[in-house]
Formats: sequence, C-alpha cells, structure tokens
Amino acid sequence: MGMPVSIHIRCADVDSPAVARGVEEAFDVMREADRLFSTYQHDSEVSRIRRSALDPGHADPLVQEVITACRQAGELTGGAFTDQLPDDDGVLGFDPTGLVKGWAADRAASRLADLPGASYCLNAGGDVVVGGTAGDPGGGPGAPWRVGIEDPRDRSRIAEVVELHHGGVATSGTAARGAHLYDPATASFVDRTGSVTVIGPSLMWADVWATALFVGPTLPHELFAQVAEGYRMILL
Amino acid sequence: MRRIVFAILSTITTVVLLFSYHTSTNLAGSAASAGAQLPAAPSAPVSPGSGSQSRSSNKSGSSAGTSSPASYTGAAADTRWGPVQVRITVQGGKISASQAVQYPQGTSRDAQINGSALPVLNQEVVQQQSASIDTVSGATVTSDGYLQSLQSAIDQAHL
Repeated sequence: MGMPVSIHIRCADVDSPAVARGVEEAFDVMREADRLFSTYQHDSEVSRIRRSALDPGHADPLVQEVITACRQAGELTGGAFTDQLPDDDGVLGFDPTGLVKGWAADRAASRLADLPGASYCLNAGGDVVVGGTAGDPGGGPGAPWRVGIEDPRDRSRIAEVVELHHGGVATSGTAARGAHLYDPATASFVDRTGSVTVIGPSLMWADVWATALFVGPTLPHELFAQVAEGYRMILL
Repeated sequence: MRRIVFAILSTITTVVLLFSYHTSTNLAGSAASAGAQLPAAPSAPVSPGSGSQSRSSNKSGSSAGTSSPASYTGAAADTRWGPVQVRITVQGGKISASQAVQYPQGTSRDAQINGSALPVLNQEVVQQQSASIDTVSGATVTSDGYLQSLQSAIDQAHL
C-alpha cells in the first residue's frame, strides 16, 4: 500500500537549489519515518517492537520520541488516544499509527519553513501542514492556503474550506477506510458516520485530537474545550 | 501551473491519495495580477530509494483559451493491482473531464476500488479546479498510479 505525500511550494524562485534541497529533505524525513514506523514492513522498528524482537529502550531515538508523544497523547485525551491497537488477529500491540503521520509531516515541514520568500503546503494522506515565510509586497501575510474538507457523506464534494497561513489540518472519519478507528474504552472499532476535522498550530496534535474526538463521545470533547488552546474543530 | 512534487510511501493502512493542482486559464493574465501566487514547483515523481527526478518542460501559451475540447491520455502507470491510465479533456485551458480509461480488474479488491475510488477521483479532478481549493483534508481511497497518469496527461496538455 502506498501513501502519497504531496508538497506545494509557492515562491518567486522555485527552481532554486535551496528549494529543491528543502523538498528532497522533506521527503527524506517521510521516508525515514516509513522505514522506522511502518507496520507493513516486517523489519521496521515498530514491527520488531510489536513482536518483542526489539526493546523500546533500545530503539532509535526518533521511535522513543514517538513513544513519549503517544503517552502524552493518551494522558491529554483521557485515554481516547491509544498506541495499543489490535492487529489482524485482534491482539493488542504497540502501534503508533494514530500519531506518526502528523509527527512525521511536522518534521518534514520544518525542512521547508526556512526557505526564503516561500510558502509551503504539505499533504500526507489527508493530513495537511502549511507555513513558510512568504509575504506580499505590501508587507502583509501573502495568500493563505485554501484547504478543502471532504464531505464524509459524499466524498466527491468539498463540505467546507479552511484558509490557513500556518498550522495543521487533520481529519478523522470512516468515509474511506471503514471502521478503522479503535476505541479502547469499548475495545471495538468505531462505526459512526461523519468526520472530525481539527485545525491548530501542530499537525501532530491536530491528528491526535481528531482521532480522539471521533472515537470518544464525551470526555475527549470536554478535555478539548479545556486544554486544546489554539485548536478548533469542525464536526461533519 | 503549480506543479506538485510527490513521493509514494509504503506505510500505514490503505492507499490514500490527496492531490491538488491549479491550472492557468490565461497565462498572460496570471502573470499580470498583482500579488499573484507565483506558480510552479519542480515536478518529480519520486519513489522511495530512487534519486532520479524528471522535469517536464513548461508550456507555451498556445493551448490556453482554446474553445474546442481536446483530450489527452496519460501514460499507463503501474500499480500493485495493474495499470491505470487517465484521460483528461481540456477546454479553455481547464480540465473539464477526467476519467480512468484502463483500471485494475483482477480481484474483488479491484472491484471495490474501481467502484468507489475512481469515480470520486474523476469528479475531484474537475471539482477541485472549480472550487479553487489548494488541497483536501479527508480520506480518499485510490490507486497511487492514478496520480502519476494524471500528471502525465496534464503534462501533455501543457497546462
């Protein structure tokens, strides 16, 4: 299976070596994340941790960073976010999938953030992070990125548009992959229709919240209102 | 046109594809508008581990503003389920229709993808243009080859 990652750059000198280098480095970050975290690769560190062939304490520092982030995400969302997910046989095991995509995309975006006079939009399988240094000649912020949010009940339609200069947009729902979002409280997969989109400064945390809010009925929403400063959600 | 640079990762769950692009309806006009987004990133389909980049040359203005529709068929792209080929119809410098002309037909999984993903993609190609959307957040199941073939068709159309 493949997850395409697309990068859009807007700048005056888009053919410059600096831009080419930044884009290639951003893709390198995503490739490295795939190598470490893919549950589809038998020898990725996550796969090895999952079958107890690798002690998490001996894992790559990036893997340990993600493990820590998963723990924080679980605490912050009252347990709605979990890194213990069932495999095909229903056995729970370490799987940071709910967080890795946003985490990797944020890291990849940091390779684009310093390109002079450029703004970027990185889309990793539906998780979007935008930013950059571009401004307009009059000193204003320049054109924002227009992020369409797919209508979960009719995926050929755009339900809403969010305009953003900096930050992340993450959407969780069942529209494409069916009931793949796991609710640890009920130990089952959520089958509800609709979607949750979260917009905020960090794509990784937007991703965490989108998952938690879609999965959990009440507690995550209360927590979101209390602690997720700078983040907002769109329920569809 | 703002080109997209993309890479395919063999990661997580099912294939999801979100792409966006912006076609210029009037090349002369877009250059003149103040504060306009200055387009074009390097266009380079990249697969993991490969360092090669192919660059398509940018267009001349001759195809913009044509009133009779013209069709362009992208090169067939291989996917794990078989080849995918995309045909676009261009009118007035914009894509007016997009369809998969050859798609995987082997297993029941193919039928599932064909049934739901390709019509969605076909509509999205046209839809995203008219809505002036840069990118889409959501979940779309598709074949990764669709994008490569679509880009090939767009390149041929010199959009």
